Amino acid sequence: MTEVPAPVEAAAPEQTWRDDLRRLFGSASFVVGAVIVLFWVGCAIFGQRLVPYDPFADDLLNSLLPPSSEHWFGTDQLGRDIFSRVIVGARDILTVAPTATLLSTLLGTALGLTMGYFGGLIDEVLSRLVDAVLALPTVIVALLALTALGTSTVTVLVVIAFSFAPIIARTVRSAVLTEVNLDYVAAAELRRESTLYILFVEILPNVLPPILVETTVRLGYAIFTVATLSFIGFGIQPPSPDWGLSISANYGLIAGGFWWTVLFDSGAIASLVIGINLIADGIESTLHD
Amino acid sequence: MLALLTLWLLSVLIFAGGHLLPGNVGRAMLGPFADPVAVQVLNHQMGTDRPVLVQYAEWISGFVTGDLGMSYAYRSPVAPFLATALVNSAKLAAVAFVLVVPLGIFGGVVAALYRGRATDRILSVVGLSATVVPEFVSGIVLILIFGVWLRWFPISATWKDDAGALSQLYHLILPAIPLVLILFGYIARMARAGMIEALDADYTRTAMLKGLTYPQVIWRHVLRNALLPTISVIASQTVYLIGGLVVIEILFHYQGIGSLIYTAAKKKDFPMLQAGVMSIGALFALTTLLADLLYARLNPRIRFGGRE
Repeated sequence: MTEVPAPVEAAAPEQTWRDDLRRLFGSASFVVGAVIVLFWVGCAIFGQRLVPYDPFADDLLNSLLPPSSEHWFGTDQLGRDIFSRVIVGARDILTVAPTATLLSTLLGTALGLTMGYFGGLIDEVLSRLVDAVLALPTVIVALLALTALGTSTVTVLVVIAFSFAPIIARTVRSAVLTEVNLDYVAAAELRRESTLYILFVEILPNVLPPILVETTVRLGYAIFTVATLSFIGFGIQPPSPDWGLSISANYGLIAGGFWWTVLFDSGAIASLVIGINLIADGIESTLHD
Repeated sequence: MLALLTLWLLSVLIFAGGHLLPGNVGRAMLGPFADPVAVQVLNHQMGTDRPVLVQYAEWISGFVTGDLGMSYAYRSPVAPFLATALVNSAKLAAVAFVLVVPLGIFGGVVAALYRGRATDRILSVVGLSATVVPEFVSGIVLILIFGVWLRWFPISATWKDDAGALSQLYHLILPAIPLVLILFGYIARMARAGMIEALDADYTRTAMLKGLTYPQVIWRHVLRNALLPTISVIASQTVYLIGGLVVIEILFHYQGIGSLIYTAAKKKDFPMLQAGVMSIGALFALTTLLADLLYARLNPRIRFGGRE
């Protein structure tokens, strides 16, 4: 057996990590996506303090004004400034969607590790349950759950966490399946490490890249889902200036030509989901090349 | 067999979902000020005062035999409502599919043939972006542009009772486009991946080496193998298509399965809701099965006996 000088081995992972980062920032889709998403995150955090008008303040004498130098995006039915509402509207969706994604990642990773590592009956039973959940579109699962449990932000979180977890579990499971047969797992088993230690300390770090990609993609879908649920009245509730909710309140007006009451909110949702998916695309191509 | 098991699990989940609500169905229907005796009588009439397991057994056996129960909201059988809604949604889905399948496959094939070049990148980014924007967002923008400003299409998908097939189609084009946008990216991506794999395969090289022309190789060897995985993707996307129908049908005022489920959820009409959701599950199992059969039919490596 040849001795491998320790410093070289220690330096290698760091080197590739730095390489990956450099390539990530060289990826056009990642950079564009990151700029868009950071813009909205900034709006979510500081928006309330920067906007020209109070996004909640009614001004019935100035309702449904078209865009002007005074109100850049016009005003809505209650005379609220749409520009201010669009900026502040980033806040709720950027709280709910990432939290839901985080929950689903935790749950899905635990589930996937269990399925992949133990295999056999446990895997079989859990896989069937996963298939059953995946047979229904998330929006339908959400409608069912929100009807049964009542509409609330917590229910939205739970629904998204539970319907996305199986998808993450599937990804983690297949990644784990290629890992369990490797020597380092056998070595850990011989050392009589506890199962939890093997799962979370030995295997988990090696399956992180696919989890990272899947989580970013899921975040995009979480935003998609929260926006959609808000639009149909089962998501974020009034008086939040949330985008989906605003579109839902105003889309009846578009036949009358009041396009500015929905167009800017639509643009906001579209740019946010596209931004997140560009980031995911950038990460994915960096990891695969 | 596995599909049936999945379907059964789904039925349990759906039924449990409908019965998680600890509330009293009769009370919910008659309101808080109704006579307790009337509430009890109504619960007894509808059978909602019996043990949950008995209710499940009755519901699922009814479902299998086509008896879907009584709607709480309309006090009449669920089945006719469901049938009309499914037919309407099928029309909308058909228009979307007819548009998106050729488009998606074409996009994917073109991207693969120009792999790594600008055309490929543009198609990938556009496809990806179209796939992730919620249907109601693209729907709103389409309504604004083509319904309100250009006035090319009606902004509501509901047609007059005597509308012919062409008029119905005309009403369904605008609602179908958001669904097309969502599915385009998936189908194109799968078609591209399949194409690239087939282009790099040994049999493609062999076909080239034995002197076939490039179009012959593409048509007879590459495409046939490349599109196989795409079929399973198209089948699995049916589910997401139905999820999208909920939103599109609300936005365009269309009476399909999506708006049926939505209305049932709003009115807490559980029999209607359960029947609607369950039929989607059944539809999913069916499309998966059909996709498997089609896959086997098209795959040159799988033959159901006999000579071809």
